[in-house]
Amino acid sequence: MNVASHQVSSVVINDIRVELIERGAGKPVLFLHPGIGISPSAPVLDALAHGARLLAPAHPGFGTSELPKGMNTVDDLSYFYLDFLEQLDLRDILAIGVGLGAWIAAEIAVKSSERLSHLVMANAIGIKVGDRETRDIVDIWALTPDEFNALAYFDPSRGRHDPKNLTDAEALAMARNREATARLCWSPYMHNPKLKARLRRIRIPTLFLWGSADRILNEDYGRAYCATIAGARFETIDRAGHFPHIEQPEEFARRVLAFADADRQKTRPARRASGD
Amino acid sequence: MRVYQFTEQPYYPVWNDHNGSLRVNLPNRKLDPKIAGDLFHRYYDEWMVADELGLDIMLNEHHQTATCMSSTVIVTLAILARQTKKARLLVLGYPIGHRPDPLRCAEELSTIDVISRGRLDMGFIKGVPYEFPASNQNPVGVMDRFWEAHDFIIKAMTSHDEPFNWEGEYFHYRQVNIWPRPVQQPHPPIWTTTGNRNQARLLGEKGYVMATLGSGYATRALYDAYRQGYIAKLRSAPGADRFAYLGLVAVAHDEAEARRRGELVAGYLRSSSIVHVPFRNPPGFLSVEDNARMLKGQTAPRSFTKDGRVIDMHRGSVQDLIDAGILFCGTPDQVYDQLVSFCAYCGGMGNLLMMGHAGFLSHEDTVSNLTIFAQEVLPRLRAYQQPAAEVTAA
Repeated sequence: MNVASHQVSSVVINDIRVELIERGAGKPVLFLHPGIGISPSAPVLDALAHGARLLAPAHPGFGTSELPKGMNTVDDLSYFYLDFLEQLDLRDILAIGVGLGAWIAAEIAVKSSERLSHLVMANAIGIKVGDRETRDIVDIWALTPDEFNALAYFDPSRGRHDPKNLTDAEALAMARNREATARLCWSPYMHNPKLKARLRRIRIPTLFLWGSADRILNEDYGRAYCATIAGARFETIDRAGHFPHIEQPEEFARRVLAFADADRQKTRPARRASGD
Repeated sequence: MRVYQFTEQPYYPVWNDHNGSLRVNLPNRKLDPKIAGDLFHRYYDEWMVADELGLDIMLNEHHQTATCMSSTVIVTLAILARQTKKARLLVLGYPIGHRPDPLRCAEELSTIDVISRGRLDMGFIKGVPYEFPASNQNPVGVMDRFWEAHDFIIKAMTSHDEPFNWEGEYFHYRQVNIWPRPVQQPHPPIWTTTGNRNQARLLGEKGYVMATLGSGYATRALYDAYRQGYIAKLRSAPGADRFAYLGLVAVAHDEAEARRRGELVAGYLRSSSIVHVPFRNPPGFLSVEDNARMLKGQTAPRSFTKDGRVIDMHRGSVQDLIDAGILFCGTPDQVYDQLVSFCAYCGGMGNLLMMGHAGFLSHEDTVSNLTIFAQEVLPRLRAYQQPAAEVTAA
């Protein structure tokens, strides 16, 4: 990989400047990152940019992206992204979210999927499945970093970092990502109580991709989430946990693109005809 | 100088019976309610002694912890408002950023002020990191919520002619009109705590009493930041009465006995850090800059002696803690000299928040500690001439 491909630009939407990784040309692929952010050197980005125009913004408050006062819910972010898609005039978008990013994607899609062609939800958070005394999602703020890595990754060493090798900018981005995630997810914990009943509004082809070694949230949760969206498919990725795009980037990209391609050939005319 | 007697009302019987965490997640089965009742009665008795000795009283609250059974400080305030006679009652603090309902806070505190006949000092605090899992308040942005609660409480306490409306970012009320209203005018004095220079400057601008807790020889920089804010806004130098310092106190006629007591009182410091690690730094509690430094393994030492030697306040010896200005310990003469030396270093410090009981210090030792202090140190502290505010500021 060359250095140029790791460059990060930025875009201003509604006076909010956000970091944007953009590469490749073709149909737009929007990658919405999880709470840990996204590194421009992540191999999954090049794999997704193959024959497509990949856009991977850092959410407001994450990385170096600005955060306007009062933007403190996933609902707020979904409206930000609706404006983002409109301003860049993106159409027929393959939208992919991982973890928190999948929650954001779902909140966008229930409001309007007019500009979206496909939705991929990887190890998605965002809804309440169990009863009020059963935690669907492990309380990550009651875990040490080692405990988190052990539950979140198939290979926990993928989550470790050596403090000595962190640059100031990397450390600041990590600290901002942690704070920004809590701002959105502290309570109700990692979900919007209203979202589950709204998911029926999603009528575009949807794939749930699940890193099967995720012990932060389990596969049953993912399957229950998937069942709320008509026609959504559920697939697992082995040897990957909560962040399958990091642990199995090639397989992740292959599954996503295969889903979009197969579906484009097969179902799109019918879906279009039925209208949104 | 005023001196406020303080204890955290600990449930110390389990301090050596935990699984690495005395706070948040230590199962409450470990607490025997009958023993808890005995301890509460004992602590109230000791505050009655403090009142009779001419000391003031400081109360606080924490949640889900064996270090402090006072989880609803308004209850303690209510009892002492009626039972004590002279002592000022400082609550430091009231975690208003965590409270779901600041209207209730305004009503509770006004009632205490009225019943105590104007003896309430209102300390509003952010709360320690371990409070967030217990309250489930989002630590991110908690100070915005804190200041809105503060603004609302002050407005509720000072509005007397017609009900008012409040539609803020965090709180919504209609027809606000609290009964009773406070007796101190315009409202009971406001205190708060900080360990941060930016916040200290802001508190100076507001002129509130600023307390620092165990900050030892890192205190002066905080006080000076306060002074800058105060002078910029209020055009005069703040007197010593604007500053408070929480220190541990162990005094006895015999130095060896004082040091034995000092070791027991230091149990507060030794126990306070026993918390499940993730609860020590919830996201958003510290600034992103501070968290970034921690991620790189850089943490600034918090406690050091007057000559700059770094000490660990949770494990340091009695001598370390004395040298660091965290523990004032010895004979009455020694304790007086240590305190006066500390006041001079601070450039004036007019309110000693005296932890005269902690941990395993017995009732008899506590009463003796308070009595010797009140009879042999307090009169001299009252007569002590603080450094002149203008001289310090200059």
